[in-house]
Amino acid sequence: MPEKSASNLVAEPQSPPKIRSPKRPAGTLYRGKEGMWSWVLHRITGVAIYFFLLVHILDTALVRVSPEAYNIVIESYKTPLMGLAEIGLVAAIGFHAVNGLRIILIDFWAFGAKHQRTLFWVVVGIWLVLLAGFIPRQLMHVFGG
Amino acid sequence: MSLIEAPRTPTRGRRTGGINWEKWGWIYMRASGVVLLVLIFGHLLVNMYLGEGVKAIDFAFVGGKLSDPFWQVWDGLMLWLALIHGGNGMRTLVNDYASNPKVRRVLLIGIAASTIILITLGTLVITTFDPCPAGADPALLASICEGR
Repeated sequence: MPEKSASNLVAEPQSPPKIRSPKRPAGTLYRGKEGMWSWVLHRITGVAIYFFLLVHILDTALVRVSPEAYNIVIESYKTPLMGLAEIGLVAAIGFHAVNGLRIILIDFWAFGAKHQRTLFWVVVGIWLVLLAGFIPRQLMHVFGG
Repeated sequence: MSLIEAPRTPTRGRRTGGINWEKWGWIYMRASGVVLLVLIFGHLLVNMYLGEGVKAIDFAFVGGKLSDPFWQVWDGLMLWLALIHGGNGMRTLVNDYASNPKVRRVLLIGIAASTIILITLGTLVITTFDPCPAGADPALLASICEGR
């Protein structure tokens, strides 16, 4: 009786899931592959963006102090070191944004949950295209005289 | 029944009735995330990509943008949505990693306080900003200030 009611609720898998046994003892460390690393990267990029946001609101608030005060601080954003850091910031925002869309697809779409691993590499692909567009432009602005 | 407590047993009893804030927080992260994607990519396009990019940003650049109601609304929405999105994300991390209740409490209060203070500060800056302050060096101001 319980078996019958369970089979009504859960569809039988078409083929047994492919689970390869590890070559060496895997230990107890969780290895979630793409799903885990996308989660880790989402957290790290989120924290980085958050602390930049706090600083960025404060530096922009200097427009209320004086034109000179704002210009002095914003000049530091145009130095070579900060120019490179801005590439890191845009890279973090780009990943967080596109992977955020992946999370939404996983949450609301059965296809997304099933193919979350493939979607991670789609995210990486879109992210690389975004950076390929931004990095040369930023390097031109910061180092191009 | 058993000596070992079931995994994920809530420390506080189950919520009965009332608003499900965690559910609305979950929905907020997704809804605001989609809007922020558009707002922030637009912000980066105008400030970091088009024209001279970051090199063009100065008081006159910001003055020109923030004297336009379109950018006032854009930046205001970005401020509110991003700070609450980020604050709620940090709350999630603190709840996950700060196991000491006192440390967790201090961190959560810090996040809430900085969110409220910065939203207030940013909103005041956007709404009270004068792109052409009296007595300022005209060379530092936007072109809209000429002849005033």
